[in-house]
Amino acid sequence: MAVASMRRRAGGRRSRLPWTGWVVLVVTSVIALFPMYWLFVNALTPITSNPPLTPILWPAWSLDNFRRLLDGNVYYVNWMLNSLVIALAITVWHVIFDSMAGYAFAKRRFPGREVLFWLMLSTLMIPIHVTVIPLFIVTNRLGLIDNILAVILPGTANAFGIFLMRQYIQTLPSELEEAARIDGASELQVFWNVILPLARPALGALAIFTFVRHWNDFLWPLIALTRPQNYTLTVGVANLQGEFATDYGVIFAGAALAALPMIAFFFVFQRQFLEGVRMGAVKG
Amino acid sequence: MTTVEKIDPQAAPQRERGATASLRRFARRHGWSYVFVVPSLITFTLFTLIPVLWSFVISFQRFSLARGGQWQDPLWENYIDAFTKQGGVFVVAIQNTLIYSFFTVIANILFGLVLASLIQPLSNRLKTFFRAAYYLPAVTSALIIGMTWRYIFNAQWGFANYLLRLAGMEPVRWLSDPDIALTSVTLSAVLTMPATAVVLFSAAMGSIPAEYYEAAELDGAGPMMRWWRITVPLIRSTTLYLVVLYTIASFEVFERVYAMVPSGVGNSTQTIVTQIYNNGFKDLDFGVASAQAFILFLMIAALAVVQFRALKSDVEY
Repeated sequence: MAVASMRRRAGGRRSRLPWTGWVVLVVTSVIALFPMYWLFVNALTPITSNPPLTPILWPAWSLDNFRRLLDGNVYYVNWMLNSLVIALAITVWHVIFDSMAGYAFAKRRFPGREVLFWLMLSTLMIPIHVTVIPLFIVTNRLGLIDNILAVILPGTANAFGIFLMRQYIQTLPSELEEAARIDGASELQVFWNVILPLARPALGALAIFTFVRHWNDFLWPLIALTRPQNYTLTVGVANLQGEFATDYGVIFAGAALAALPMIAFFFVFQRQFLEGVRMGAVKG
Repeated sequence: MTTVEKIDPQAAPQRERGATASLRRFARRHGWSYVFVVPSLITFTLFTLIPVLWSFVISFQRFSLARGGQWQDPLWENYIDAFTKQGGVFVVAIQNTLIYSFFTVIANILFGLVLASLIQPLSNRLKTFFRAAYYLPAVTSALIIGMTWRYIFNAQWGFANYLLRLAGMEPVRWLSDPDIALTSVTLSAVLTMPATAVVLFSAAMGSIPAEYYEAAELDGAGPMMRWWRITVPLIRSTTLYLVVLYTIASFEVFERVYAMVPSGVGNSTQTIVTQIYNNGFKDLDFGVASAQAFILFLMIAALAVVQFRALKSDVEY
């Protein structure tokens, strides 16, 4: 009896899951994962026109489609590199400057702090569709259409990371900072040596989410990049649908290969992902 | 929560006179704070604040890349055109978006709630496994998910029609029949498991004290009763947050539609954002596109107000 009550976890119900519950969990997991599975199975089966009428459910482990994808008819490697550079650059920016701003908003007092913070926060829910039109006009005037900078620069403006970092840094005790100052640390040293190491879990979540978000970003790159060699991966893959209208093997391979890095990324950083979702939830 | 008294690091009192002296004092006191904030502030101003304000101006203008903006004659002309252009497609697009959002949000919340409840009593290892299974598609771009569904719904060789054939039913033209296309797109969203909802609901349920359930059990409440009377009410603020999150996301649906029906099926798969995209970047009618973007913004802002009200009443309760 004592053991049973010790085993009970907070919030957990003692009742075991009935078999109907297991059925629901298994069926929904299959529904959740099947589309991705089907995509990969088709990508690994040599198909040059329409797939067969009886769907392929098991991979043939052939890399033919990938070979045709990468043999130089499309700029697939360019797209991948573009996506990588764009997502990395934006992530580096946010990791550095969001933690700085988040720290200032969380721990420092200065005139205008509240106004600036709420101004930034209130723009979080403005749909990007409001800003893409002026951004397009300016990008066009500056001659930056088809330039990777046109995608990177607007990506640096997003208050989500600042909010996330502020929320996290607020929970850190101030004693360490003060002790460092008493020991004669400069303000930059306090930030670098005290705050940043303590904020590492939030920084990890921020980096992961920013990277995935911009790797998958679609609308703005679709508008800002017009020449095939300059596309990002998502824009390029979307265009495979038009270019290889009948060679479905190449399209499946292109889509699967674009999804693969993020899936691998998820398996490596699974815990940080799930933790990050919780951290990022804005409550109230 | 402990409140820690803030000690000002540079509060070395020195007597200096004049404007420059007080400016120097201000810089010494607050300089670093602004250094920390200014980079973000600059990009925020350049790439969010100014574009939003400018977009608002453009929504009252006739704008062309060559000649710039000229005020519309009745200033609100674009807001009228937004609804009347091309026989009022935008009205259909709003209807489609609302239908899509209605079913998607309800399904996401229900699936999230049920799945999070079901994994709650499982061991940590199984919990992590199921959460990961539901979360995995969420790290893949909406565009690729949409493309995959497009092929699942292919009329000839798609998996959906294969299932129908197995069941002895007639194949369906999922994405080419204008009466069905929107339903198919919505169905694909409904069947995409709500990753964020599962994770957040599951976290919220984990933080409910076990004593509540024990007390209810002593009072003779069955599992369903406890779920309905304890779990559901106590995670209400999470539910509200998720409803708003998913509603905003489905108001902004674009990639899924773009991937599943690239050229659209008549007007039947037009949504608010596909309209903004078509008007802005195919017709280069920036004025109307901006007006439509602001209409979308208003819809989202109204939602946020509702959420804020509800949360406020929650606290006073």
